[in-house]
Amino acid sequence: MHLSSISNVISKVTVDKVQVWILSECVSLFQVNVRDALNQAMDEELERDERVFLLGEEVAQYDGAYKVSRGLWKKYGDKRIIDTPITEMGFAGIAVGAAFAGLRPICEFMTWNFSMQAIDQVINSAAKTYYMSAGAQPVPIVFRGPNGSSAGVAAQHSQCFAAWYGHCPGLKVVSPWNSEDARGLLKAAIRDDNPVVFLENELMYGVPFDLSEDVLQKDFVVPIGKAKVERRGTHITLVSHSRCVGFCLDAASVLAKEGVECEVVNLRTIRPLDVDTIEASVMKTGHLVTVEGGWPQYGVGAEICARVMEGPAFNYLDAPAVRVTGVDIPMPYAKILEDHSVPQIKDIIFSVKKVLNM
Amino acid sequence: CVDQLLEVSYVLSQGCSLHPFSLFGSVLLTCPTAGLASMVASSRSYADFTPEKVDLHRLEEGPPLTATLTREEGLKYYRTMQTIRRMELKADQLYKQKIIRGFCHLYDGQEACAVGIEGGITLSDHLITAYRAHGYTLTRGGTVREIMAELTGRRGGIAKGKGGSMHMYTKNFYGGNGIVGAQVPLGAGVALACKYLGNDQLCVSLYGDGAANQGQIFETYNMSSLWKLPIIFICENNQYGMGTSVERSSASTEYYKRGDYIPGLRVDGMDVLCVREATKFAADHCRSGKGPILMELQTYRYHGHSMSDPGVSYRTREEIQEVRSKSDPISMLKDRMLSNNMASIEELKEIDIAVRKEIEDAAQFATTDPEPPLDDLCSHIFANDQPFEVRGATPWTKLTSTS
Repeated sequence: MHLSSISNVISKVTVDKVQVWILSECVSLFQVNVRDALNQAMDEELERDERVFLLGEEVAQYDGAYKVSRGLWKKYGDKRIIDTPITEMGFAGIAVGAAFAGLRPICEFMTWNFSMQAIDQVINSAAKTYYMSAGAQPVPIVFRGPNGSSAGVAAQHSQCFAAWYGHCPGLKVVSPWNSEDARGLLKAAIRDDNPVVFLENELMYGVPFDLSEDVLQKDFVVPIGKAKVERRGTHITLVSHSRCVGFCLDAASVLAKEGVECEVVNLRTIRPLDVDTIEASVMKTGHLVTVEGGWPQYGVGAEICARVMEGPAFNYLDAPAVRVTGVDIPMPYAKILEDHSVPQIKDIIFSVKKVLNM
Repeated sequence: CVDQLLEVSYVLSQGCSLHPFSLFGSVLLTCPTAGLASMVASSRSYADFTPEKVDLHRLEEGPPLTATLTREEGLKYYRTMQTIRRMELKADQLYKQKIIRGFCHLYDGQEACAVGIEGGITLSDHLITAYRAHGYTLTRGGTVREIMAELTGRRGGIAKGKGGSMHMYTKNFYGGNGIVGAQVPLGAGVALACKYLGNDQLCVSLYGDGAANQGQIFETYNMSSLWKLPIIFICENNQYGMGTSVERSSASTEYYKRGDYIPGLRVDGMDVLCVREATKFAADHCRSGKGPILMELQTYRYHGHSMSDPGVSYRTREEIQEVRSKSDPISMLKDRMLSNNMASIEELKEIDIAVRKEIEDAAQFATTDPEPPLDDLCSHIFANDQPFEVRGATPWTKLTSTS
């Protein structure tokens, strides 16, 4: 991470209709990419709590398949950073059992596609146990790894699991977009006494964001279950998660030039869904477009629309809510096909204009 | 001489054909007052199953050939096994009266396994098993009352009625697991925690002959061995995985060898002392840092797979009867104690009566305790969390979940 140009934060004060610019204290901003944000979060939590440990394929001596766990094995050793054989069902079960017995494991799936080998352990052993035991057996575990489409990895390595895991009671499911999300949500997930499904995005790992000193504090957490309004707007609400939040913001910039002000809501958490923030926004703008990388049928956007239908925000809608999603096909390989399989900025702009009847 | 120590030695002949259900036991009575030793041979043989030759795998030596059974231990094992037996039979009754519903997998016939294993470890060790779990819930510290009330789905149940037959938990006992085989990696995870925390504890991870072919179990063998986890794998081989006999499900029925590079031993699971000594041996192996070990217990269940299985379409009534008459674990212990003057018939009858009463009281409780309150419907989703709203069956039904 490196220090960007120190920007003075200036605040605007209106005194007797005269606007006065006041020089506030200097605020340092540090450039941290998502990978490093995740790495630092894990490092700090490993240091903070002896019971936290990381296991998964290549997490130790290889420094992580995507280098997210770089340096951790060197620092913490074999006991706390454990390379596993390629046996997802087995090591996910081992991770859950360790959580039963009082440790706080972070179980990495090299990608969430491989979690299907172990999904029984995530759902039946982790998610349901606290309920089945009537509160006798908590399961403080984090499952994490990259989710959704990447670039050129084809059908078996590109699925988004937000809807699948988001369906299940007993799980918390989070999907960070930027470095602040990644850092804060991972810390919150590790500190949470419940099973958390942590959906990263491989294409975001290398993307840098400015983080303030506050965010870099060791106890900085982003609360699970709270969405963030990334951009205020008045004409239409865009609700998204993970990488697509960036696309929404890009689309919003383009639309702003045509006088359309989009409010962009970054879900941050898939389950529990922050319906209040979504509803408040929709009640303000009267229009809703959801944007996600996953498939449309029974997806995150479908859930958001259903909730809006069932709640107070429906009466504020001036048009039906619509979803922008991945195309309903297995992911193809050829670049031109792949590009047309995922939601693009032009798809978001097109949908906004349709909903606004422009 | 009722309080005297009884030396019970049993000899496992290696290298000669060993019938799965046959045991040549010689009982040596030492009478301090008389200074005499009398040999009583109690042999029990069981026909019908293919004899096996070897019961040690990658082990130079097995459990000791002599064991000491004190009168106190004998009475304790007798009482616990009888309690499990009576409890399971009562559950059978209640199920037929439709007071217990859903799945109910009974353990009668296998009592020596649960009781013998517990005799070889302590309550600060850990244990996990699959769905035939009522016996283990008891040996791991649960009471008959709370087990039965869980079966009948009442608020006094060990899981407050939320879990049912397959999901009972106590301290250091992780259920009760419904998905065949899933409990084995979970058990290895508990063992990993034991090693991580350096507490000298171990985890016993049980599975049946049906589960023994699960891939995740082999994945667990691999990781447990690589990382030298303090885990005892125990295969309770009751000869049938639901309706499928071991010959029809497994290319190799030598389950104690299936761990390959993991040392294994196979013992008579109907003999509580055999089970206990094997467990002690296995526990020593783990605690000395040698890593995992695998035990196969040859046992038998009198009931079918579950209450919806009469258990006679894939095996004969004669077979069940023969095991009952020749290899019943409780009868075996009773005979042993009686023939060695460790207890009187009256004493054991008193225990039977006390157990019956305990079961009756528990059944009474289990049938009269109220069902869980509806407020409990959504609770226990998350630990240590603020209460939150849960969607009910309709958008207008807003329920609350508390930790």
